[in-house]
Amino acid sequence: MSTFLGMPDVGHAPRGVGHLRGEEPFPAAARKALANAQLRRNIGHATSTIRAKRAAVVGEVPDWEELRTAGRDIKNATMHRLDSYLEQLEANIQARGGVVHWARDAIEANEIVTRLVKATGSDEVVKVKSMATQEIGLNEALEAAGITPYETDLAELIVQLGHDLPSHILVPAIHRNRAEIREIFLREMPDADPGLTDEPQVLAMAARKHLREKFLTARVAISGANFAVAETGTLSVVESEGNGRMCLTLPQTLITVMGIEKVVPAWTDLEVFLQLLPRSSTGERMNPYTSMWTGVTPGDGPQEFHLVLLDNGRTATLADPDGREALNCIRCSACLNVCPVYERTGGHAYGSVYPGPIGAVLSPQLTGIEDNASLPYASSLCGACYDVCPVKIDIPTMLVHLRAEHVDARRAEGRPSPEALVMRAAAWTMSNPRRWALAQRLTRLGRLLGRRRDRISQLPPPLSSWTASRDLPRPPEETFSEWWTRTRGSQP
Amino acid sequence: MVDPDQGEPAVTSSRDVVLGRIRAAVGTAPDPGPVRRDYRQGSGALPGSPELLDLFEDRLVDYKASVRRCAADEVTGAVATILAGRFDRPARVVVPADLPGPWAGPAAVVDDGLTPAHLDALDGVVTACAVAIAETGTIVLDGGAGQGRRVITLVPDLHVCVVRADQIVGSVPECVRRLDPERPLTFISGPSATSDIELSRVEGVHGPRTLEVVLVVPR
Ligand code: SF4
Repeated sequence: MSTFLGMPDVGHAPRGVGHLRGEEPFPAAARKALANAQLRRNIGHATSTIRAKRAAVVGEVPDWEELRTAGRDIKNATMHRLDSYLEQLEANIQARGGVVHWARDAIEANEIVTRLVKATGSDEVVKVKSMATQEIGLNEALEAAGITPYETDLAELIVQLGHDLPSHILVPAIHRNRAEIREIFLREMPDADPGLTDEPQVLAMAARKHLREKFLTARVAISGANFAVAETGTLSVVESEGNGRMCLTLPQTLITVMGIEKVVPAWTDLEVFLQLLPRSSTGERMNPYTSMWTGVTPGDGPQEFHLVLLDNGRTATLADPDGREALNCIRCSACLNVCPVYERTGGHAYGSVYPGPIGAVLSPQLTGIEDNASLPYASSLCGACYDVCPVKIDIPTMLVHLRAEHVDARRAEGRPSPEALVMRAAAWTMSNPRRWALAQRLTRLGRLLGRRRDRISQLPPPLSSWTASRDLPRPPEETFSEWWTRTRGSQP
Repeated sequence: MVDPDQGEPAVTSSRDVVLGRIRAAVGTAPDPGPVRRDYRQGSGALPGSPELLDLFEDRLVDYKASVRRCAADEVTGAVATILAGRFDRPARVVVPADLPGPWAGPAAVVDDGLTPAHLDALDGVVTACAVAIAETGTIVLDGGAGQGRRVITLVPDLHVCVVRADQIVGSVPECVRRLDPERPLTFISGPSATSDIELSRVEGVHGPRTLEVVLVVPR
């Protein structure tokens, strides 16, 4: 008997658990981030490095566009019959000695994992980088239950030791430069060599030494998954360092937490994603290590395997025909690396483990728009994210849709939002090229208003309703179009 | 199917809730249509052809792996040369029980369920592989002949992998279609590496820091 017969069961990610909501709206958080010049330099340096690498390895693939089309088609086909693919996945994993658990939300997923770890008698776990477990706040839940989680991915380790939050979906410590990482290691690793330098090679070796003993003795590992193949029950983790292999191979028990949208129908679908993902994410022809396993293999690797399938707002996202494409994301992070807004604010300003363009469309749908209302406005709609997305997610169109949804929600309550007023004015301006060019030049006058503090606290009505609750960043010296024309020589 | 997380079967299980939500969410949405697979499914080159060997070698070198070519009856000598070049004492290496030849010499330790700590005390591992991809410089292990348990190619710091020319295909789709998903698979593209510091790649973290490939070519 179903509890939701007759009433829609929406199921957004619950409040009070996990990391999908910031403490303040994007404009306020971004204002602080913009004041941090070191942060901006670190992110600018890293994203420009990766953009060049990605462009080079994507450029050498003659059928890149055909691969993108196939990637999008596979994902759309999956979402259309997600229920039967998940049932198929479950049956195949169970047939191979694995156990499948279903979690409506973060709270339930945390409870399941905590219970499974406790049942092993272990009070510590090693973890492979996983966005899903960050999203649900699993580490906090484990710690509350007396279980110590050890992050083993280098960037996650830097975040964990720095008592920090992730700021990028691929490289969660992208906001830290080598000197800062060295300081964190010296401060937080009891076994760190006091003569540690800030050479990336030396820092990587310090992490190796620090975690070696943990890997060799760990009894329980927790991982995420990049893909799960319905027709075979095969799971896959794509990584670089070998910490993933360590976690997936050495412990007796493996617990994998995976969003329900990560399933793909067929084994041969992996031939598409194994080409799209590495080139889009780290800008490599192939990442150093990809592991695949199907249930339990007697005598090789973990002899106990649990898969936790997580909803936590994904079905709510699926319910919106204009927003569900956000579930197609394979978390490559290419859209973050090309986003002019992300490059300036960094990931923390978005308040969610999913920052950047994909975060701006995914986080508000997972939580419900009212809890992340400002995120769809965190974009200049320049379209760069759509161009690089390996599964062709049309993020700009989705952002506009979510803005409309937010405005409608406000209007239903009888109060137009300040965003709506601003957007209405902006739409009037943007709909005419002459008005737009004039406005851009006028905006530069705003620099005078914000000259002292790099922001504008008071705009004339009706725009004052925007600045009543937040300051407006001082407009940049040049607009994005002007910057593009100057640096690339043509209009975007 | 009884969900192990649920107590009383009378209570709606989370499985039913999530599946119900999915069905309600998709509703009567139109079928998105067939998947267009217009991408290259082959590379146009035959496995083991000279251009694929060159491409494979070029990709491996780009990942800072070393490549050494030899004939089938020269593998033992090639492995000995690699080990002698790295250690100034007899190297202690582990091999799977079913290695196709005495590649690692008579002193090699045969894996009979060694512990991780024991493996950590050894210098390296010598294995065969299942398939290799030229375009991406990737070696795939599937636990089949001459490859052993996953742990033996993970814990030792040096991996010497013997790849036969006819195992090298051009593209990722050709490789995926040769593999059996029921086996535990490891795709290896160079030594372990990280891009986590300022997004620049550096080689050598938790997996083997050195990858040496012996490419067995016809005479
Ligand atoms: S939205 Fe596209 S570009 Fe962005 S992380 Fe996801 S797959 Fe990559």
